[in-house]
Amino acid sequence: MRSALDISWLIPIFPLLGFLINGLARKVLSKSLISIVGCGVVLISFILSIWIFLQVKNGNTFVASYFDFISVRSLHIPFAFQIDQLSAIFLLIVTGVGFLIHVYSTSYMREETTDHFGRYFSYLNLFIFSMLLLVMGANYVIMFIGWEGVGLCSYLLIGYWFKNTEYNKAANKAFIMNRIGDLGFLIAIFWIISKVGNTNFADVFASANSFSSSDITVITLLLFIGATGKSAQIPLYTWLPDAMAGPTPVSALIHAATMVTAGIYMIARSNALYSLSELSMNVVAIVGLATSILAATIALKQNDIKKVLAYSTVSQLGYMFLALGVGAYSTGVFHVMTHAFFKALLFLAAGSVIHATGGEQDIRKMGGLNRLKITSITFLIGCIAIAGVPPFSGFFSKDAILLAAFEHNKILYYVALFGAVLTAYYMFRLFFLTFTGKFRGTEEQEHHLHESPPAITIVLVVLAILSIVGGFVGIPEVIMKGGDKLTEFLAPVIPVRVTEPVASSTELSLMALSTALVVVAIIAAWFRFRKYEFKPSKGLGRFLENKWYVDEFYDAIIVKPLDKLGEILNEGLEKSGIDALVNGIGKAVQYGGRQLRWLQSGQVGSYVLLMVVSIVLFFVLQFFLRK
Amino acid sequence: MPINYYIFLSIALFVIGITGVLTRRNAIIIFMSIELMLNAVNLMLVAFSKMHHLANAAKDASAGIDGQLFVFFIMVVAAAEVSVGLAIIVMMYRNIHSVDVNFLNRLKH
Repeated sequence: MRSALDISWLIPIFPLLGFLINGLARKVLSKSLISIVGCGVVLISFILSIWIFLQVKNGNTFVASYFDFISVRSLHIPFAFQIDQLSAIFLLIVTGVGFLIHVYSTSYMREETTDHFGRYFSYLNLFIFSMLLLVMGANYVIMFIGWEGVGLCSYLLIGYWFKNTEYNKAANKAFIMNRIGDLGFLIAIFWIISKVGNTNFADVFASANSFSSSDITVITLLLFIGATGKSAQIPLYTWLPDAMAGPTPVSALIHAATMVTAGIYMIARSNALYSLSELSMNVVAIVGLATSILAATIALKQNDIKKVLAYSTVSQLGYMFLALGVGAYSTGVFHVMTHAFFKALLFLAAGSVIHATGGEQDIRKMGGLNRLKITSITFLIGCIAIAGVPPFSGFFSKDAILLAAFEHNKILYYVALFGAVLTAYYMFRLFFLTFTGKFRGTEEQEHHLHESPPAITIVLVVLAILSIVGGFVGIPEVIMKGGDKLTEFLAPVIPVRVTEPVASSTELSLMALSTALVVVAIIAAWFRFRKYEFKPSKGLGRFLENKWYVDEFYDAIIVKPLDKLGEILNEGLEKSGIDALVNGIGKAVQYGGRQLRWLQSGQVGSYVLLMVVSIVLFFVLQFFLRK
Repeated sequence: MPINYYIFLSIALFVIGITGVLTRRNAIIIFMSIELMLNAVNLMLVAFSKMHHLANAAKDASAGIDGQLFVFFIMVVAAAEVSVGLAIIVMMYRNIHSVDVNFLNRLKH
C-alpha cells in the first residue's frame, strides 16, 4: 500500500550519507564543504520530518517493514520503521535541535584542523542517524540498534579530544555506565521474545494484558534499568557530568536533542506495559524524583559552568521520569521537548561564553559578562525558562509535572516543588556569577572578550525564541480550553490519563505557589550572588561540592574491590597457576633436551653400542615379561 | 649331530660379529663383522629347518622348508647390501682418505 509516509526511510539515510562522506573524505574536503554536507543532510532530514509531522497530524500513521533483520526458525525480527505521533514529535526534536547544533558547531569548531573537523561532523551525523533509528524503530531490536549507536557516538564525541587522558577516561565512563544499563534492556528484550515471540511494538502491547504480573514487572524494571543508564538516573547518572569533556556543542546534543531523551522515549513508547505494573511506576517515579533532588543539590555548589548545566540536566531528566512514573506520559514528552529547547540554548550560550573567555569554564573567574549582549540575554531567557517562570516554556511543562505529581501523591508534589525551587536558585546563581558583577578573570581575557560570530548568535536567538514559545503547545485546560494540544496530538499513542480532576482553583493556586516560590528563589540568588567573593566552602557545602562523594563511593564499593579481585586472580591464578604450568612444561622440555643432547655425540661407535644395548634390553624384557 | 652344536657355533659367530662391530674402527672390518652376524643367523635357520624336517618328514614332505627359503632371501639382501655398503666405503675413502668410522662424526652438526 502506498502512503505519503513511504519516504520516511529517507530521514535516517541522509545523516548516514553525511557520516560516510565526511568520515571517508575528511582529508580531501575543505572545512566549508564539510560544514555544508554536515548541516545539509540534517536540514534535509528536518524538512522531511516536518513533512512527516504534517502527515501524521492528519491522522496518517504507518509501520513499514523493509527486510528481515533477524530470521531464526520461528523468530522473525523485521527491519521496520514506525511513524506515529510519538516518533513524529521526537523526529522534529532530534533533527530540529540537532540541525541548530550542527550550524553552531561550524563556527565553534572552526579552529580544529580540517580532518578533525571532518571527523567531528561525521560523528555528529552518525549520532543523529542512531537517534533517528532509535525513535523510528518499530520493534525493540531496531530501537536497541539506535540505542547502542548513540552510546557509541557519545563515547566517540566525549573522547573527541583523545589526546587528553582525562577525557578518554570520561568517555570510557560514559560507555561503561551505558553498557550496564544496556544489559538490562537486552535482557528485557529476550524476556519479551520468550513471552511474545517477537518484539514488534504493536504485538507486544497487544499481548501485554496476557502477561503475568510478575513478568510485566520484571520486564518494565529491566527496561527502566536500561533507561537509567541512557538517561542518567540514580544509580547510573555519574557519567553525564563527566561527559562535559567533549566539545560544548556535543554536550548540547547529548543533553538536549538526543541520547538522554532515549530513556524517556523508550518508557513513553512502552506506556502500555508500564501502566500494567504499579510497582514499576512507583520505582520510576521515586528514582526520578530522588535523582532530580540529588542532582539539584549538587548543582548548587558546582563551579564549572558546564557541570552546573550537566547536573541541571540530570535533575530535569529526573522530573521527566517523575512524570512518566505518575502516569503522565505525554507530560514527560512535553518536558523533553521544552527541555530540548532551553537546555540546548543554555549549553550553546555557555559555549559562547567559553569561546569568548578563551576556554575558561570556571564561573569563579567570570562575572560581568553582560557585555556579551546576545549571549547574556539568551542565557537569561534559558534560565527563566528552566526555572519555570510563566509564560516561558519551562513553566508549562514543569507545572504539568507538578500537577500530575500532586494528583498522584502529595508528598511527591512537595518534594518536586522543593526541587523546582532549587533549580531556580542554582540556575540564577550561575547566571549572576557569570554575567553580573565585576569580571574576575585575567586582564588578557578581559581584553579578548568579544561576542561570538553570527553562526553562533543566530542559533542562540532561534533557540531563545523556541524556549519562550515552546510551551504554548501544552497550555493547561484551566487557563485555555483545548490548550493542551500536545496531549491531544499524542492521544492515539499515549492514552489520555483518566484521573479525578483537581478543582481549577486548586490548580491555579498550585501554579501561583510554585511561581511565587521560584521568584523568591531568584531574588534570593540575586542578593546572595550579585557581589560574589570566592570562599572555600565548609561542611554541607563541601559535601555538595564533592557531589555527595558518590564517585568516591562507587570507587570504594565497586571499582576497588574489582581491582583487588583482578589482582588476586592475576597473582594467584594467572601467574602461579596457569603461567607456572605452561612455563613448567617448557622448562621441563628444555631441561630434558639439554640432557639428552649428550646422546647425540656423532660417534658411530656409540650409536651402535646404544643400539646393541637397547636390543639386548629388549630381549631381556621380552624374556622376563613373557607369560 | 645334535642341534646344540649348531646353536653354540651360531652364538659364537654372532658374538664375534657384535664384538667386531663394537670394538673395531675400520669400516671394512665392521662390515665383515656384520656379514658374520648375518651368516650366524643363516646357519641357525638352516639348522632349525633341518631339525624340523627330520622330525616331521613322515607327515609333511616339505616340513621346515621355509627356514631354508629365508636363508636365500637373506643372502640376496646381504649381497645387495654389500654392493651399496662397499660403494659407500669407497666414497668415504675418497673424501677423507681413511676408512676409520670415528672420523664420521659430522652427523651431529
